Amino acid sequence: MNDSSNRTRNGASEQNDVITGTFAVKVGLAQMLKGGVIMDVVTAEQARIAEEAGACAVMALERVPADIRKDGGVARMSDPRKIKEIIEAVTIPVMAKVRIGHFVEAQILQALGVDYIDESEVLTPADEEHHINKHKFTTPFVCGARDLGEALRRIAEGAAMIRTKGEAGTGNIVEAVRHARAVNGAIRRLRSMDEDELFAYAKEIRAPYSLVKLTAELGRLPVVNFAAGGVATPADAALMMQLGMDGVFVGSGIFKSGNPEKRARAIVMAVTHYNDPQILAEVSEDLGEPMVGVNLDTLSEADKMAVRGW
Amino acid sequence: MALTIGVLALQGAFIEHEAMLHRLGVRTVEVRKPEHLAGLDGLILPGGESTTMGLVAECWGLVAPLKAWVQAGKPIWGTCAGMILLANRAIGQKAGGQPLIGGLDVTVSRNYFGRQNESFETFLRVPRLGEEPVRAVFIRAPAIVEVGSDVEALARVAGRGEEVVVAVQQANILATAFHPELTDDLRWHQLFIEMVEVQKGRGDLNLERVERTC
Repeated sequence: MNDSSNRTRNGASEQNDVITGTFAVKVGLAQMLKGGVIMDVVTAEQARIAEEAGACAVMALERVPADIRKDGGVARMSDPRKIKEIIEAVTIPVMAKVRIGHFVEAQILQALGVDYIDESEVLTPADEEHHINKHKFTTPFVCGARDLGEALRRIAEGAAMIRTKGEAGTGNIVEAVRHARAVNGAIRRLRSMDEDELFAYAKEIRAPYSLVKLTAELGRLPVVNFAAGGVATPADAALMMQLGMDGVFVGSGIFKSGNPEKRARAIVMAVTHYNDPQILAEVSEDLGEPMVGVNLDTLSEADKMAVRGW
Repeated sequence: MALTIGVLALQGAFIEHEAMLHRLGVRTVEVRKPEHLAGLDGLILPGGESTTMGLVAECWGLVAPLKAWVQAGKPIWGTCAGMILLANRAIGQKAGGQPLIGGLDVTVSRNYFGRQNESFETFLRVPRLGEEPVRAVFIRAPAIVEVGSDVEALARVAGRGEEVVVAVQQANILATAFHPELTDDLRWHQLFIEMVEVQKGRGDLNLERVERTC
Protein backbone atom coordinates (compact mmCIF):
# COMPACT_ATOMS: atom_id res chain seq x y z
CA MET A 1 0.00 0.00 0.00
CA ASN A 2 0.98 3.56 -0.63
CA ASP A 3 2.21 5.34 2.50
CA SER A 4 0.01 8.38 2.03
CA SER A 5 -3.12 6.26 2.27
CA ASN A 6 -2.21 4.65 5.59
CA ARG A 7 -2.69 6.95 8.50
CA THR A 8 -1.61 5.66 11.85
CA ARG A 9 -2.99 7.09 15.02
CA ASN A 10 -2.04 6.05 18.50
CA GLY A 11 -5.00 5.35 20.67
CA ALA A 12 -5.36 5.41 24.41
CA SER A 13 -4.20 1.80 24.67
CA GLU A 14 -0.64 1.27 23.60
CA GLN A 15 -1.28 -1.91 21.67
CA ASN A 16 -4.09 -0.37 19.60
CA ASP A 17 -2.17 0.87 16.57
CA VAL A 18 -4.81 1.66 14.04
CA ILE A 19 -4.31 1.53 10.26
CA THR A 20 -6.92 2.79 7.78
CA GLY A 21 -7.19 2.25 4.03
CA THR A 22 -5.57 -1.21 3.92
CA PHE A 23 -6.55 -3.56 1.12
CA ALA A 24 -8.23 -5.88 3.67
CA VAL A 25 -10.39 -2.99 4.87
CA LYS A 26 -11.27 -1.99 1.28
CA VAL A 27 -12.14 -5.53 0.21
CA GLY A 28 -13.87 -6.04 3.57
CA LEU A 29 -16.63 -3.51 2.86
CA ALA A 30 -17.36 -5.20 -0.48
CA GLN A 31 -17.59 -8.53 1.39
CA MET A 32 -20.20 -7.00 3.69
CA LEU A 33 -22.26 -5.94 0.64
CA LYS A 34 -22.45 -9.48 -0.73
CA GLY A 35 -25.84 -11.04 -1.22
CA GLY A 36 -27.23 -7.54 -1.47
CA VAL A 37 -28.56 -5.01 -3.96
CA ILE A 38 -26.89 -1.66 -4.63
CA MET A 39 -29.35 0.80 -6.13
CA ASP A 40 -28.80 3.86 -8.33
CA VAL A 41 -30.44 6.96 -6.82
CA VAL A 42 -30.47 10.58 -7.92
CA THR A 43 -32.14 12.23 -4.91
CA ALA A 44 -32.16 11.88 -1.12
CA GLU A 45 -35.81 10.83 -1.37
CA GLN A 46 -34.94 7.97 -3.74
CA ALA A 47 -32.11 6.99 -1.40
CA ARG A 48 -34.61 6.67 1.47
CA ILE A 49 -36.91 4.54 -0.70
CA ALA A 50 -33.95 2.30 -1.58
CA GLU A 51 -32.96 1.96 2.09
CA GLU A 52 -36.53 1.11 3.09
CA ALA A 53 -36.65 -1.52 0.36
CA GLY A 54 -33.56 -3.20 1.82
CA ALA A 55 -30.75 -1.92 -0.44
CA CYS A 56 -27.35 -2.72 1.11
CA ALA A 57 -25.90 0.48 -0.43
CA VAL A 58 -26.86 3.24 -2.83
CA MET A 59 -25.04 4.70 -5.82
CA ALA A 60 -25.48 8.48 -5.88
CA LEU A 61 -25.58 9.95 -9.37
CA GLU A 62 -26.93 12.92 -11.24
CA ARG A 63 -28.86 11.00 -13.88
CA VAL A 64 -29.57 7.29 -14.18
CA PRO A 65 -27.88 5.60 -17.16
CA ALA A 66 -31.13 5.46 -19.17
CA ASP A 67 -31.28 9.28 -19.02
CA ILE A 68 -27.56 9.66 -19.72
CA ARG A 69 -28.20 7.66 -22.88
CA LYS A 70 -31.22 9.73 -23.84
CA ASP A 71 -29.71 13.15 -23.08
CA GLY A 72 -26.28 12.55 -24.64
CA GLY A 73 -23.46 15.04 -23.99
CA VAL A 74 -20.66 14.62 -21.46
CA ALA A 75 -21.64 12.75 -18.28
CA ARG A 76 -19.58 13.71 -15.19
CA MET A 77 -19.33 13.16 -11.45
CA SER A 78 -22.45 14.37 -9.57
CA ASP A 79 -22.79 17.74 -7.86
CA PRO A 80 -21.19 17.34 -4.37
CA ARG A 81 -24.29 18.89 -2.81
CA LYS A 82 -26.44 16.08 -4.19
CA ILE A 83 -24.00 13.50 -2.83
CA LYS A 84 -23.93 15.18 0.59
CA GLU A 85 -27.73 15.20 0.75
CA ILE A 86 -27.81 11.49 -0.02
CA ILE A 87 -25.11 10.74 2.58
CA GLU A 88 -27.20 12.67 5.14
CA ALA A 89 -30.40 10.84 4.24
CA VAL A 90 -29.36 7.21 4.79
CA THR A 91 -27.29 5.05 7.15
CA ILE A 92 -26.24 2.49 4.51
CA PRO A 93 -23.00 2.97 2.50
CA VAL A 94 -23.07 5.56 -0.28
CA MET A 95 -21.14 5.05 -3.51
CA ALA A 96 -20.61 7.55 -6.33
CA LYS A 97 -19.23 7.46 -9.86
CA VAL A 98 -16.21 9.16 -11.42
CA ARG A 99 -15.12 9.21 -15.05
CA ILE A 100 -12.51 6.64 -16.10
CA GLY A 101 -9.08 8.14 -15.41
CA HIS A 102 -10.44 11.26 -13.67
CA PHE A 103 -8.45 11.07 -10.46
CA VAL A 104 -9.43 14.57 -9.34
CA GLU A 105 -13.12 13.68 -9.33
CA ALA A 106 -12.03 10.72 -7.19
CA GLN A 107 -10.12 13.00 -4.81
CA ILE A 108 -13.28 15.08 -4.44
CA LEU A 109 -15.43 12.03 -3.67
CA GLN A 110 -12.89 10.85 -1.09
CA ALA A 111 -12.99 14.29 0.53
CA LEU A 112 -16.80 14.09 0.64
CA GLY A 113 -16.55 10.82 2.55
CA VAL A 114 -18.30 8.49 0.09
CA ASP A 115 -17.81 4.84 1.01
CA TYR A 116 -16.95 3.44 -2.44
CA ILE A 117 -15.94 5.06 -5.73
CA ASP A 118 -17.13 3.56 -9.04
CA GLU A 119 -14.68 4.35 -11.85
CA SER A 120 -17.41 3.98 -14.40
CA GLU A 121 -17.80 3.60 -18.14
CA VAL A 122 -21.33 4.98 -17.72
CA LEU A 123 -19.79 8.45 -17.46
CA THR A 124 -17.75 9.92 -20.33
CA PRO A 125 -14.11 8.76 -20.03
CA ALA A 126 -11.56 11.43 -19.09
CA ASP A 127 -8.46 9.44 -20.11
CA GLU A 128 -8.31 7.05 -23.05
CA GLU A 129 -5.20 5.25 -21.86
CA HIS A 130 -4.93 5.31 -18.08
CA HIS A 131 -7.28 4.28 -15.35
CA ILE A 132 -6.98 5.88 -11.91
CA ASN A 133 -4.14 4.63 -9.70
CA LYS A 134 -6.48 3.43 -7.02
CA HIS A 135 -3.72 2.48 -4.57
CA LYS A 136 -3.31 6.18 -3.81
CA PHE A 137 -6.73 6.42 -2.18
CA THR A 138 -8.13 5.48 1.23
CA THR A 139 -11.60 5.14 -0.29
CA PRO A 140 -12.03 1.80 -2.07
CA PHE A 141 -12.91 1.52 -5.77
CA VAL A 142 -15.18 -0.72 -7.81
CA CYS A 143 -14.49 -1.09 -11.55
CA GLY A 144 -16.26 -2.78 -14.44
CA ALA A 145 -14.79 -5.70 -16.36
CA ARG A 146 -15.91 -7.68 -19.42
CA ASP A 147 -13.44 -10.52 -19.01
CA LEU A 148 -10.79 -11.91 -16.68
CA GLY A 149 -7.92 -9.87 -18.15
CA GLU A 150 -9.78 -6.60 -17.65
CA ALA A 151 -10.80 -7.59 -14.11
CA LEU A 152 -7.23 -8.42 -13.09
CA ARG A 153 -5.83 -5.23 -14.68
CA ARG A 154 -8.29 -3.21 -12.57
CA ILE A 155 -7.35 -5.16 -9.43
CA ALA A 156 -3.65 -4.53 -10.18
CA GLU A 157 -4.47 -0.81 -10.28
CA GLY A 158 -6.04 -1.16 -6.82
CA ALA A 159 -9.71 -1.94 -7.43
CA ALA A 160 -11.13 -3.72 -4.35
CA MET A 161 -14.35 -4.83 -6.05
CA ILE A 162 -15.26 -5.79 -9.62
CA ARG A 163 -18.58 -5.69 -11.45
CA THR A 164 -19.74 -6.76 -14.88
CA LYS A 165 -20.08 -4.05 -17.52
CA GLY A 166 -23.52 -4.90 -18.79
CA GLU A 167 -24.97 -2.20 -21.04
CA ALA A 168 -26.26 0.27 -18.47
CA GLY A 169 -29.62 1.91 -19.03
CA THR A 170 -30.89 -0.69 -21.51
CA GLY A 171 -32.81 -3.05 -19.23
CA ASN A 172 -31.17 -5.83 -21.27
CA ILE A 173 -29.27 -8.44 -19.27
CA VAL A 174 -27.47 -10.07 -22.21
CA GLU A 175 -24.15 -8.23 -21.83
CA ALA A 176 -23.90 -8.77 -18.07
CA VAL A 177 -24.46 -12.48 -18.67
CA ARG A 178 -21.75 -12.50 -21.33
CA HIS A 179 -19.25 -10.87 -18.93
CA ALA A 180 -20.11 -13.13 -16.00
CA ARG A 181 -19.70 -16.21 -18.17
CA ALA A 182 -16.46 -14.90 -19.70
CA VAL A 183 -14.88 -14.34 -16.26
CA ASN A 184 -16.10 -17.62 -14.75
CA GLY A 185 -15.23 -19.65 -17.84
CA ALA A 186 -11.71 -18.24 -17.92
CA ILE A 187 -11.22 -19.04 -14.21
CA ARG A 188 -12.36 -22.63 -14.79
CA ARG A 189 -9.80 -22.97 -17.63
CA LEU A 190 -7.09 -21.42 -15.43
CA ARG A 191 -7.54 -24.12 -12.83
CA SER A 192 -6.47 -26.83 -15.27
CA MET A 193 -3.31 -25.02 -16.45
CA ASP A 194 0.23 -25.80 -15.35
CA GLU A 195 2.69 -23.04 -14.47
CA ASP A 196 4.13 -22.73 -18.01
CA GLU A 197 0.64 -22.27 -19.38
CA LEU A 198 -0.23 -19.71 -16.71
CA PHE A 199 2.72 -17.52 -17.79
CA ALA A 200 1.57 -17.64 -21.41
CA TYR A 201 -2.07 -17.06 -20.44
CA ALA A 202 -1.19 -14.04 -18.29
CA LYS A 203 0.53 -12.52 -21.32
CA GLU A 204 -2.38 -13.37 -23.57
CA ILE A 205 -4.98 -11.69 -21.35
CA ARG A 206 -2.60 -8.78 -20.50
CA ALA A 207 -2.84 -9.36 -16.74
CA PRO A 208 -0.11 -9.54 -14.07
CA TYR A 209 1.15 -13.11 -13.58
CA SER A 210 0.90 -12.87 -9.78
CA LEU A 211 -2.82 -12.12 -9.95
CA VAL A 212 -3.44 -14.81 -12.57
CA LYS A 213 -1.72 -17.34 -10.31
CA LEU A 214 -3.65 -16.16 -7.23
CA THR A 215 -6.94 -16.42 -9.15
CA ALA A 216 -6.06 -19.95 -10.28
CA GLU A 217 -5.32 -20.94 -6.68
CA LEU A 218 -8.50 -19.38 -5.26
CA GLY A 219 -10.72 -20.59 -8.09
CA ARG A 220 -12.39 -17.19 -8.08
CA LEU A 221 -11.51 -13.51 -8.43
CA PRO A 222 -9.46 -12.31 -5.45
CA VAL A 223 -12.10 -9.62 -4.79
CA VAL A 224 -15.90 -9.52 -4.66
CA ASN A 225 -17.62 -9.58 -8.08
CA PHE A 226 -21.08 -8.01 -8.59
CA ALA A 227 -23.42 -8.02 -11.56
CA ALA A 228 -24.17 -4.63 -13.10
CA GLY A 229 -25.85 -3.27 -16.20
CA GLY A 230 -29.22 -4.29 -17.57
CA VAL A 231 -30.77 -5.82 -14.42
CA ALA A 232 -34.50 -4.98 -14.63
CA THR A 233 -36.40 -7.83 -12.94
CA PRO A 234 -36.08 -10.11 -9.88
CA ALA A 235 -35.44 -12.95 -12.33
CA ASP A 236 -32.52 -11.02 -13.89
CA ALA A 237 -31.01 -10.53 -10.43
CA ALA A 238 -31.42 -14.21 -9.50
CA LEU A 239 -29.96 -15.24 -12.87
CA MET A 240 -26.79 -13.29 -12.14
CA MET A 241 -26.59 -14.79 -8.63
CA GLN A 242 -26.96 -18.32 -10.01
CA LEU A 243 -24.19 -17.49 -12.48
CA GLY A 244 -21.96 -17.00 -9.44
CA MET A 245 -22.06 -13.25 -8.90
CA ASP A 246 -21.75 -12.05 -5.28
CA GLY A 247 -24.49 -9.41 -5.50
CA VAL A 248 -26.25 -7.04 -7.86
CA PHE A 249 -26.21 -3.38 -8.88
CA VAL A 250 -29.52 -2.08 -10.21
CA GLY A 251 -29.47 1.19 -12.08
CA SER A 252 -32.31 2.52 -14.18
CA GLY A 253 -34.24 -0.72 -13.58
CA ILE A 254 -35.86 0.52 -10.37
CA PHE A 255 -36.65 4.20 -10.61
CA LYS A 256 -37.51 3.99 -14.32
CA SER A 257 -40.17 1.37 -13.60
CA GLY A 258 -43.86 1.72 -12.73
CA ASN A 259 -43.64 0.88 -9.01
CA PRO A 260 -40.08 1.51 -7.72
CA GLU A 261 -40.77 0.58 -4.04
CA LYS A 262 -42.29 -2.76 -4.88
CA ARG A 263 -39.78 -3.65 -7.59
CA ALA A 264 -36.83 -2.66 -5.38
CA ARG A 265 -38.05 -4.86 -2.54
CA ALA A 266 -38.76 -7.74 -4.93
CA ILE A 267 -35.20 -7.59 -6.31
CA VAL A 268 -33.77 -7.58 -2.76
CA MET A 269 -35.81 -10.70 -1.92
CA ALA A 270 -34.77 -12.33 -5.21
CA VAL A 271 -31.08 -11.88 -4.38
CA THR A 272 -31.50 -13.48 -0.92
CA HIS A 273 -33.62 -16.37 -2.25
CA TYR A 274 -31.95 -16.64 -5.69
CA ASN A 275 -32.05 -20.45 -5.58
CA ASP A 276 -35.72 -20.79 -4.64
CA PRO A 277 -37.97 -20.64 -7.77
CA GLN A 278 -41.11 -20.76 -5.62
CA ILE A 279 -40.16 -17.53 -3.86
CA LEU A 280 -38.91 -15.98 -7.10
CA ALA A 281 -42.31 -16.64 -8.67
CA GLU A 282 -44.02 -15.04 -5.70
CA VAL A 283 -41.92 -11.86 -5.58
CA SER A 284 -42.03 -11.41 -9.38
CA GLU A 285 -45.80 -11.12 -9.34
CA ASP A 286 -47.63 -7.90 -10.11
CA LEU A 287 -44.69 -5.48 -10.09
CA GLY A 288 -46.20 -3.03 -12.59
CA GLU A 289 -44.45 -1.82 -15.71
CA PRO A 290 -40.74 -2.68 -15.98
CA MET A 291 -38.44 -0.12 -17.54
CA VAL A 292 -38.66 -0.05 -21.33
CA GLY A 293 -35.78 -2.12 -22.65
CA VAL A 294 -33.36 -1.40 -25.46
CA ASN A 295 -32.43 -4.10 -27.93
CA LEU A 296 -28.65 -4.10 -28.23
CA ASP A 297 -28.73 -4.87 -31.96
CA THR A 298 -30.25 -1.45 -32.47
CA LEU A 299 -27.51 0.26 -30.42
CA SER A 300 -24.66 1.65 -32.51
CA GLU A 301 -21.08 0.82 -31.49
CA ALA A 302 -20.61 4.48 -30.49
CA ASP A 303 -23.53 4.19 -28.06
CA LYS A 304 -22.15 1.13 -26.27
CA MET A 305 -20.68 2.00 -22.90
CA ALA A 306 -19.06 -1.36 -22.12
CA VAL A 307 -16.29 -0.82 -24.69
CA ARG A 308 -15.05 2.18 -22.67
CA GLY A 309 -12.09 1.22 -20.45
CA TRP A 310 -8.80 -0.33 -21.45
CA MET B 1 -21.71 -36.07 17.16
CA ALA B 2 -20.43 -33.20 15.06
CA LEU B 3 -21.87 -29.79 15.75
CA THR B 4 -24.12 -27.97 13.29
CA ILE B 5 -24.01 -24.19 13.34
CA GLY B 6 -26.36 -22.04 11.29
CA VAL B 7 -25.30 -18.79 9.67
CA LEU B 8 -28.00 -16.23 8.88
CA ALA B 9 -27.70 -15.92 5.08
CA LEU B 10 -30.06 -13.08 4.22
CA GLN B 11 -27.26 -10.73 3.16
CA GLY B 12 -23.61 -10.09 4.01
CA ALA B 13 -20.45 -12.09 4.67
CA PHE B 14 -21.98 -15.43 5.65
CA ILE B 15 -19.77 -17.60 3.40
CA GLU B 16 -16.65 -16.35 5.23
CA HIS B 17 -18.05 -17.58 8.56
CA GLU B 18 -18.90 -20.94 7.02
CA ALA B 19 -15.35 -21.31 5.67
CA MET B 20 -13.92 -20.68 9.16
CA LEU B 21 -16.30 -23.20 10.75
CA HIS B 22 -15.48 -25.81 8.09
CA ARG B 23 -11.80 -25.43 8.93
CA LEU B 24 -12.73 -26.32 12.51
CA GLY B 25 -14.72 -29.38 11.44
CA VAL B 26 -18.17 -27.92 12.06
CA ARG B 27 -21.13 -28.52 9.74
CA THR B 28 -22.95 -25.33 8.63
CA VAL B 29 -26.46 -24.48 7.46
CA GLU B 30 -27.43 -21.25 5.65
CA VAL B 31 -30.49 -19.82 7.38
CA ARG B 32 -32.93 -17.97 5.12
CA LYS B 33 -36.28 -19.15 6.46
CA PRO B 34 -37.53 -20.02 9.99
CA GLU B 35 -37.58 -23.77 9.26
CA HIS B 36 -33.81 -23.69 8.64
CA LEU B 37 -33.32 -23.08 12.39
CA ALA B 38 -34.53 -26.57 13.30
CA GLY B 39 -31.83 -28.86 14.65
CA LEU B 40 -29.08 -26.25 14.89
CA ASP B 41 -26.69 -26.23 17.86
CA GLY B 42 -25.60 -22.61 17.42
CA LEU B 43 -26.27 -19.59 15.24
CA ILE B 44 -24.12 -16.80 13.79
CA LEU B 45 -25.49 -13.45 12.65
CA PRO B 46 -22.82 -12.27 10.17
CA GLY B 47 -21.62 -8.85 9.10
CA GLY B 48 -23.45 -7.01 6.36
CA GLU B 49 -25.97 -4.20 6.41
CA SER B 50 -28.09 -4.44 9.56
CA THR B 51 -30.93 -2.47 7.95
CA THR B 52 -31.09 -4.90 5.02
CA MET B 53 -30.88 -7.98 7.24
CA GLY B 54 -33.51 -6.58 9.61
CA LEU B 55 -35.95 -5.81 6.81
CA VAL B 56 -35.51 -9.15 5.06
CA ALA B 57 -35.72 -11.05 8.36
CA GLU B 58 -38.95 -9.25 9.21
CA CYS B 59 -40.42 -9.98 5.80
CA TRP B 60 -39.81 -13.73 6.08
CA GLY B 61 -41.05 -13.99 9.66
CA LEU B 62 -37.58 -14.58 11.10
CA VAL B 63 -37.58 -11.89 13.78
CA ALA B 64 -39.86 -13.78 16.20
CA PRO B 65 -38.00 -17.14 15.90
CA LEU B 66 -34.65 -15.38 16.30
CA LYS B 67 -35.95 -13.63 19.44
CA ALA B 68 -37.18 -17.01 20.69
CA TRP B 69 -33.72 -18.48 19.99
CA VAL B 70 -32.02 -15.86 22.16
CA GLN B 71 -34.60 -16.11 24.94
CA ALA B 72 -34.35 -19.91 24.98
CA GLY B 73 -30.70 -19.45 25.96
CA LYS B 74 -29.34 -21.03 22.80
CA PRO B 75 -25.83 -19.97 21.70
CA ILE B 76 -25.68 -17.05 19.26
CA TRP B 77 -22.85 -14.84 17.97
CA GLY B 78 -23.31 -11.54 16.17
CA THR B 79 -20.47 -9.88 14.24
CA CYS B 80 -20.77 -6.17 13.36
CA ALA B 81 -24.29 -5.91 11.86
CA GLY B 82 -25.17 -9.08 13.78
CA MET B 83 -24.10 -7.39 17.01
CA ILE B 84 -26.40 -4.44 16.24
CA LEU B 85 -29.33 -6.84 15.73
CA LEU B 86 -28.65 -8.45 19.13
CA ALA B 87 -28.32 -5.21 21.09
CA ASN B 88 -31.18 -4.07 23.31
CA ARG B 89 -30.50 -0.44 22.42
CA ALA B 90 -28.99 1.13 19.28
CA ILE B 91 -28.00 4.71 18.51
CA GLY B 92 -27.79 6.02 14.95
CA GLN B 93 -30.41 3.89 13.28
CA LYS B 94 -32.00 4.78 9.98
CA ALA B 95 -34.99 7.16 10.00
CA GLY B 96 -37.97 5.29 11.45
CA GLY B 97 -35.82 2.74 13.28
CA GLN B 98 -35.16 -0.84 12.28
CA PRO B 99 -36.29 -4.23 13.56
CA LEU B 100 -33.95 -5.58 16.25
CA ILE B 101 -33.75 -9.01 17.80
CA GLY B 102 -32.40 -7.86 21.15
CA GLY B 103 -31.42 -9.83 24.25
CA LEU B 104 -27.92 -8.39 24.70
CA ASP B 105 -27.99 -5.78 27.46
CA VAL B 106 -25.83 -3.12 25.80
CA THR B 107 -26.20 0.12 23.87
CA VAL B 108 -24.50 0.04 20.48
CA SER B 109 -23.66 3.08 18.43
CA ARG B 110 -23.97 2.31 14.69
CA ASN B 111 -21.02 3.41 12.54
CA TYR B 112 -19.40 4.73 15.74
CA PHE B 113 -15.95 4.88 14.13
CA GLY B 114 -17.21 6.74 11.07
CA ARG B 115 -17.61 5.96 7.39
CA GLN B 116 -15.50 3.70 5.18
CA ASN B 117 -12.50 6.08 5.11
CA GLU B 118 -12.25 5.54 8.90
CA SER B 119 -12.54 1.74 8.65
CA PHE B 120 -9.40 0.22 10.13
CA GLU B 121 -7.31 -2.75 11.17
CA THR B 122 -5.70 -3.15 14.54
CA PHE B 123 -4.51 -5.76 17.03
CA LEU B 124 -6.61 -6.35 20.13
CA ARG B 125 -5.59 -7.63 23.52
CA VAL B 126 -8.12 -10.31 24.46
CA PRO B 127 -7.19 -12.16 27.68
CA ARG B 128 -9.88 -14.80 27.02
CA LEU B 129 -8.09 -15.80 23.79
CA GLY B 130 -4.57 -15.90 25.24
CA GLU B 131 -1.44 -13.79 25.25
CA GLU B 132 -1.04 -13.20 21.54
CA PRO B 133 -2.90 -10.09 20.30
CA VAL B 134 -5.76 -10.75 17.88
CA ARG B 135 -5.89 -9.06 14.48
CA ALA B 136 -9.23 -7.29 14.03
CA VAL B 137 -10.79 -5.69 10.95
CA PHE B 138 -13.37 -2.96 11.62
CA ILE B 139 -15.61 -2.01 8.67
CA ARG B 140 -17.86 1.04 9.25
CA ALA B 141 -18.02 -0.59 12.62
CA PRO B 142 -20.33 -0.10 15.59
CA ALA B 143 -19.07 0.17 19.17
CA ILE B 144 -20.62 -0.69 22.49
CA VAL B 145 -21.00 2.50 24.47
CA GLU B 146 -22.91 1.12 27.47
CA VAL B 147 -22.64 -2.31 29.05
CA GLY B 148 -25.20 -3.96 31.34
CA SER B 149 -24.16 -5.58 34.64
CA ASP B 150 -24.38 -9.18 33.34
CA VAL B 151 -22.25 -8.44 30.31
CA GLU B 152 -18.54 -9.29 30.27
CA ALA B 153 -16.35 -6.98 28.14
CA LEU B 154 -13.79 -9.07 26.24
CA ALA B 155 -11.95 -6.38 24.25
CA ARG B 156 -11.69 -2.61 24.02
CA VAL B 157 -10.17 -0.05 21.65
CA ALA B 158 -9.56 3.67 21.82
CA GLY B 159 -12.61 5.46 20.50
CA ARG B 160 -13.44 9.13 20.24
CA GLY B 161 -11.68 10.36 23.35
CA GLU B 162 -12.73 7.32 25.38
CA GLU B 163 -12.20 3.59 25.42
CA VAL B 164 -15.08 1.65 23.90
CA VAL B 165 -15.99 -2.01 24.19
CA VAL B 166 -15.83 -3.99 20.95
CA ALA B 167 -16.38 -7.59 22.09
CA VAL B 168 -18.69 -8.95 24.81
CA GLN B 169 -20.21 -12.12 26.19
CA GLN B 170 -23.48 -12.36 28.09
CA ALA B 171 -24.30 -16.00 28.93
CA ASN B 172 -25.33 -17.55 25.57
CA ILE B 173 -24.60 -14.41 23.54
CA LEU B 174 -21.27 -13.49 21.98
CA ALA B 175 -20.89 -10.21 20.08
CA THR B 176 -17.99 -8.60 18.22
CA ALA B 177 -17.96 -5.21 16.50
CA PHE B 178 -15.26 -6.41 14.09
CA HIS B 179 -14.84 -9.33 11.66
CA PRO B 180 -12.84 -12.38 12.80
CA GLU B 181 -14.15 -14.09 9.63
CA LEU B 182 -12.02 -11.73 7.52
CA THR B 183 -8.78 -12.84 9.17
CA ASP B 184 -6.89 -16.12 9.45
CA ASP B 185 -7.21 -16.26 13.23
CA LEU B 186 -9.60 -19.04 14.24
CA ARG B 187 -9.66 -18.23 17.97
CA TRP B 188 -12.99 -16.37 18.03
CA HIS B 189 -14.69 -19.20 16.15
CA GLN B 190 -13.09 -21.67 18.54
CA LEU B 191 -14.42 -19.69 21.50
CA PHE B 192 -17.93 -19.76 20.02
CA ILE B 193 -17.70 -23.50 19.35
CA GLU B 194 -16.74 -24.01 23.01
CA MET B 195 -19.84 -22.02 24.03
CA VAL B 196 -21.96 -24.16 21.72
CA GLU B 197 -20.51 -27.37 23.15
CA VAL B 198 -21.27 -26.30 26.71
CA GLN B 199 -24.76 -25.02 25.90
CA LYS B 200 -25.72 -27.66 23.32
CA GLY B 201 -29.31 -28.85 23.53
CA ARG B 202 -30.29 -26.00 25.82
CA GLY B 203 -33.76 -24.57 25.34
CA ASP B 204 -36.56 -25.64 23.02
CA LEU B 205 -37.39 -23.69 19.93
CA ASN B 206 -41.03 -23.45 18.92
CA LEU B 207 -41.15 -22.66 15.20
CA GLU B 208 -44.83 -23.13 14.73
CA ARG B 209 -46.28 -19.65 14.95
CA VAL B 210 -44.34 -17.99 12.17
CA GLU B 211 -45.96 -15.11 10.34
CA ARG B 212 -44.70 -13.43 7.24
CA THR B 213 -45.22 -9.71 6.93
CA CYS B 214 -44.75 -9.39 3.18
